[in-house]
This record gives sequence, C-alpha cells and structure tokens, in this order.
Amino acid sequence: MTENVIEVNGLRRRYGDHEAVRGLDFTVRRGEVFALLGTNGAGKTSTVELLEGLAPADGGQVRVLGHDPYLDRFAVRPRIGLMLQEGGFPAELTVGETARMWAGCTTRARPVVESLSLVGLGRRADVRVKQLSGGERRRLDLALALTGRPEVLFLDEPTTGFDPQARRDAWELVRVLRDEGVTVLLTTHYLEEAEELADQLAIMNEGRIVVSGTPAEVMAEQPARIRFGLPAGVPIGALPVPAVAGEGGRVLVETREMQRSLTELLLWARDQGIELAALDARSATLEEVFLGIAARGNESVREVVA
Amino acid sequence: MSTVQVSAARGSGPDAGGSTGWQRVRALARMELTLLMRNRSAAFVALLLPLVMVGSSYSSSRLIDLDDTSLSRADAVLTGGIGSVLLIVVYLGVLPVYVTRREERVLKRLRAGELRDLEILAGAALPSVVLALAQCVVLVTAGTLLLDVRAPASPLVLLLGVLLGVVLLSALALATAGLTRTVESAQITGTPLLFISLFGSGLTVPLEVFPDRVASFLELLPVTGVMRLVSGGWLGGLSAGELISAVAGALAWTVLSVLAVRRWFYWEPRR
Repeated sequence: MTENVIEVNGLRRRYGDHEAVRGLDFTVRRGEVFALLGTNGAGKTSTVELLEGLAPADGGQVRVLGHDPYLDRFAVRPRIGLMLQEGGFPAELTVGETARMWAGCTTRARPVVESLSLVGLGRRADVRVKQLSGGERRRLDLALALTGRPEVLFLDEPTTGFDPQARRDAWELVRVLRDEGVTVLLTTHYLEEAEELADQLAIMNEGRIVVSGTPAEVMAEQPARIRFGLPAGVPIGALPVPAVAGEGGRVLVETREMQRSLTELLLWARDQGIELAALDARSATLEEVFLGIAARGNESVREVVA
Repeated sequence: MSTVQVSAARGSGPDAGGSTGWQRVRALARMELTLLMRNRSAAFVALLLPLVMVGSSYSSSRLIDLDDTSLSRADAVLTGGIGSVLLIVVYLGVLPVYVTRREERVLKRLRAGELRDLEILAGAALPSVVLALAQCVVLVTAGTLLLDVRAPASPLVLLLGVLLGVVLLSALALATAGLTRTVESAQITGTPLLFISLFGSGLTVPLEVFPDRVASFLELLPVTGVMRLVSGGWLGGLSAGELISAVAGALAWTVLSVLAVRRWFYWEPRR
C-alpha cells in the first residue's frame, strides 16, 4: 500500500506573466485521500488540471500511475475519473442520456443505472440537465467520474452547492471508495470536508504549498487558545502563563501545550481564590490554520515538503 | 447512497477491454441526434429547409435564361439542390453545434475523457452529415424517377463531389466556429459563405450564364469545385482536365480550411 500513485516534483504553471503554480512537491499513495486547500486563486484548480493531463506543465514533473498525465493521457485516462469545476453538459439532454453518452465513451463503463444510483440520482434519470439544481449537477458530474471504475479520482470542489445531507452522502461515498483502494485527490474550500476526509492535506497560497501533512499535524502548527475574564484589579502580569489582553476585555493565552497551561492556570486560580469567567479552551482548528495563512499572505511563506 | 460495490476489480466482467474510437464516435453522434431532434429550429433547418429551397428554386428557375447552356430547369435545380443540402445541412447545421458545445463547455468535458479530438469533432458532425447524405440520395432518386433527369452519368464522380463537399463544409464550419464567439452570432457568421456559394458557385445560377471573366473568378470560390464535380458527375460532360482542376480546387480549399481551423478554432469559451 505504499505505492505512489501521484508524484509531483517542482511543478510550475504560468499564464502569460502570472505564475499560478510555483514549484510544488508532493506525493499521494495508493488508497489515500489527499486534500488540496487554499483561498480562491491559490492555484488549486491550475494544479489539478496539470494532474489530470488537461494542460502541460511549464516546469517540473508530474507522474500519475507512473505516466506523464499530459503526454500519455490516453494511457492514463481510462484509469482515472475526474470531476470538473464546471459541468459541461448539454442543457437539453436528460440525466440518463448524459450518463449513457459518457458510458459509451468510457472503458469498462459501469451500467448507467449503477453510476446514477451511487450518487443518489437514480430517480432523476429522465430529468433534463437544465432542470437540475446546482448540487444535482455536481452529483451528475461525480457519477460520470465514477463511470469508468477509476483507480484515481480527481474531485475539484466536489460538494459545492450540495445540501448538508447530500454532502454527508458524498463524504460517505468517498470513504467507501477509499476503503476499496481508490486514491482520491480533492480540492475544497470547505475545511470541514478536508478534516472529515483527508488522510493528507496541503494548504496552498499564491501557487505554493505553505503547510502540509496529516490534518492533526497541520492543526498542531497553530497554537491552542484559552480565553477567560479576570476580576477587576487582577493584572494580567500576575498570571502563571504568558497572556495578552484579548477581545471584549478577556484574556487570551496562546499555547502549544494546552493541558499544561490549563493545569497551571486552574491551580493558580484555585490558590488565589479567583474565578475565571466564561473560561473557554480549544485546540486550533483547520480553519484557524487556514485563516492564519490567508492573513499572513506571502510574508512568511514556509515551504513544507510532504 | 451506496451499498453497491463501487470499484469492481479491474478488467473483470463482460465489458473488459478498452472503449474503441468507433464506439465513442457513435455514443457522441447518438447524443447529437437526440439534441438535434429536440431543437425545433435546428431540426427544421436540417430536415425541411433544403426541400423548401429546392422547391422554390424550381419554381423561380424560369427567371434564369438557360438558353445559352445545355441545362434543363430540373438539371440545374437538382444539382444545385445537392449543393444546397451540403451548405444548409452540413455547414449551417454543424456550425452552431460546434459553437454551442464549446460555449456549454461540453467540448472541454469531452476532452477530459478518453475521446480523441478528431472523434469529438466527427461525432458532433455525424448526424448532420448522415442526414445530408440521405437527402442527396433522395434528390438523385426523385430527380431520376420523377423529374425525368437522367440517371447520374458518372456516379463515382458525383459521389466524390458529395464526399469532398461533406469534408470541406465540415472543415469550413469548424473554421467559422473559431470566428464565432456566441451561439447567437453563429446565425450571422455563417451567412457570408452561404450567400457567396449560393450565387457564385453555381448552386442557383449556373456559372455558364456569367461573362467569362467573372466565371473564371467564380471558379476560385470555396464550393465551386465541389459543385463542378456534382453537376459533372450527374449530368456528364466533364473533361479530364476539368475533373482534375475541380478536385484540386476542392482539396485546396479543404487544406486551407484545416489550416484555418488550426489557427482559429478553440475548445473552451474565452472569458
């Protein structure tokens, strides 16, 4: 299970003067779910298009299943499935006709009924594409991506426009696929989606990977936060841990060892007979890491190689 | 959502083995035929407009003085009818298909799959091409049996003309699609070639009625070579030299169109 299905080295892509992808390195092993996160314009879709072989790289190397996905695309395509960010279906076709057309163009296609029922569109086969909701269109796209029983699945913002139930169902489907050995590379700006699904993730900013690792590793990059209110007359300097004045007159403690800081704080409060008002302690979330990166912008970009 | 086994072992089952080019073109052509029949104005253009054109040009053909030529009214109208079918059904039929599929991002989606570029273009054009060929057969049969036009003198030359016409007009449609930004403007961008060909390539007005210098210029128009082959193949009287120059003209325009396609055609909407 340690076979590298996707290998990316020094990958670059430019549009005229703008360099959208600026030297990426990462690998994805078979059966892994890898999430690529980033703000709009960070270069996620530009990267995925290179992995899918839709465009040639301007520098560096990509290997998917051991092939160059652009030059050897007709060797790679029958083994991958991909979901584009924007549909590309004729509006006047029905869901069933669209899936049948795609199956006719696909190696080892699964039956149309099966593809559609995998994504919960089994009963919508006779509906015209133009009458589908945005979320249903994404599900149709997912059904097409699954048509060829792919070994590697590329999902570019797969659940945009889904209602919460459809999103849960899609996550469950991705887990089932992963358990069967399918490798999944997805982009998303739903951080919850990455936390739920990803075995590995990378956060991109301005064409580079800024942080990468397992979700736990990435979240450990950011300190945990403890917030509380002090009674009037107790100075912040009296606290046993480094602290600053936070929003709303509360005190903020940032720490990488939450349990220890919290213990010290609580013991101190008991000894002093002080009540810490509205005490709140939480680990960093992926969202905080993400927002931290977005706020820092390009200033202190650290390249972390997976 | 799923209790189905989602990723069956690779290469198992009766459908093992890759999809073939012909399967892919057929799947795409089937989709295009469905869409054509669902689009009333496109279906009208493909199925009825050529008939209307042939009928009206037959009734108006008495206005043209054919005395200097050896043509009968029916001869001129029916050979012109084949040209009209090629222009209307193939050129005007395929042009909006290419533009619409590009603007709907269908071409982009198809290119993300296993299809080769040429398969995508062929599949999109196939229903119109088949309809056009069927209408040509109807014209030849009806002309021979009902209108007393002679049976084709050299069927192979006629067939060559029709086939070259299909290839040339598909390529011209694709090149024109490269110059057409929106689906709406496809109705306009197709008209110059339509009118130039209708009036200058011997479709409605035989070239013989023009002064010689004008006629020799009209010989250079894109569809004239194809029309020479069609009328020569049906009615006879084409010398070897004329045959060669007609084929050369049609081929030259096909090559030019392919170059124009390479230069101008694009696969996804420009923002």
